Amino acid sequence: MAALRSTPFRVLGSARPSLRLAAAAPVRGFAQLADGATKSLHASEGNERLKTFQIYRWNPDQPTEKPRMQSYTLDLDKTGPMVLDALIRIKNELDPTVTFRRSCREGICGSCAMNINGTNTLACLCRIPTETNADLKIYPLPHTYVVKDLVPDLTQFYKQYKSIKPYLQRDTPSPDGKEYRQSKADRKKLDGLYECILCACCSTSCPSYWWNSEEYLGPAILLQSYRWLVDSRDERHEQRKDALNNSMSLYRCHTILNCTRTCPKGLNPGLAIAEIKKEMSF
Amino acid sequence: MIAQRAGTTALRRAAGGPNTFFTANVARLGLASPMSTTQTRLVATQKLTPTDGDAILAQQRLRRPVSPHLEIYDKMQTYFGGSAWQRITGAGFSGALYVFGASYLAAPLLGWHLESASLAAAFGALPFAVKAGAKFVLAWPFVFHAINGVRHLTYDFAVGFQRRTIVQGGWYIWGASIVGGLYLAFFV
Repeated sequence: MAALRSTPFRVLGSARPSLRLAAAAPVRGFAQLADGATKSLHASEGNERLKTFQIYRWNPDQPTEKPRMQSYTLDLDKTGPMVLDALIRIKNELDPTVTFRRSCREGICGSCAMNINGTNTLACLCRIPTETNADLKIYPLPHTYVVKDLVPDLTQFYKQYKSIKPYLQRDTPSPDGKEYRQSKADRKKLDGLYECILCACCSTSCPSYWWNSEEYLGPAILLQSYRWLVDSRDERHEQRKDALNNSMSLYRCHTILNCTRTCPKGLNPGLAIAEIKKEMSF
Repeated sequence: MIAQRAGTTALRRAAGGPNTFFTANVARLGLASPMSTTQTRLVATQKLTPTDGDAILAQQRLRRPVSPHLEIYDKMQTYFGGSAWQRITGAGFSGALYVFGASYLAAPLLGWHLESASLAAAFGALPFAVKAGAKFVLAWPFVFHAINGVRHLTYDFAVGFQRRTIVQGGWYIWGASIVGGLYLAFFV
């Protein structure tokens, strides 16, 4: 973990800041930018397990420049086990301009969703493959507008989430004026649905969502729709179903099932959509 | 983390009092990290109506690239996805049926011979490799569409959605359809 801490903090952490300041300057020297070139840290030592990370780069300050892949090499023995550890280390020690979203580093916030080696997942839950001969490729979530580097624009995704009214709607007050109770069996129906963190991994893995994201809601939002459809306390069941009853919102799902295969939380958006379809037809 | 805390405590002590801690800390940080690569940008916020916000977003999207999709995503889930090939094979067969039906209808007017007997005779005269190839090209999509069609019917009953079933089922259907296609091409 010490290697993950940025240099300024290490400087502050020492008992004699003035002494360490002078020593810190050459360390910073490693982080000089040389775009396009492979940069490696501790390259002089022998027998390290070096792994190269190829990262998608695009800078909004140079909008005419085409997106490109940039390579960074790290020693796996000095890096944490997860892809997010590697990204943070690259940002701290090799290139501070690498941009990505992250927050909780334990798979509960959904910020670090990105495409790693061809599938969407959370960087914090994805182990770095230990074989060192193959490069690890990191792209932003597929078919999204890129804000910068690995940061996608999820405005449409959140708008769609808002459009399904993701909150309890009911008119009748509870009998005892306290909480709205539900049976254990009814509560169990929400398991596997309420855990969704809206990281957009599934929606952006769906080819149907790639081509129709303007109107098709996509797996994540449909899973959320189902979460409110099966909630025994909700009283807008029919209205919610009516909202989905058109050719685009729900029925652009062709059971490709990339959503279920990619979900980093192990949920099953494909099954939730199938349950909605079943409920719509019977 | 503990070392970091110790550092801030030392700073606070150096700054002389808790009130001036934050400003002093920022100043120290600035001194401690003369990063040549830091990006600085002046940030100002302003109030916007949702319409104005959408207009700005549309402007930004004109410049933003769309991130790569088909070309980088796992090939088994895009180019070899069962759902896509279900559609391709289905559309191929429907298209072939329409083309054959229309030409059969027009054949007497154009003087073509598309009766079963003459088609079989023409096909029998082709060399073996061409015959085998043509039969497999027709047989494989048929078998694939049939097997994968059953799978999609089970999906409609919300059955078979475990991740393992999906991944393994995909492989099995490719294997079975190729074996079935070869069987139809060479043994029927």
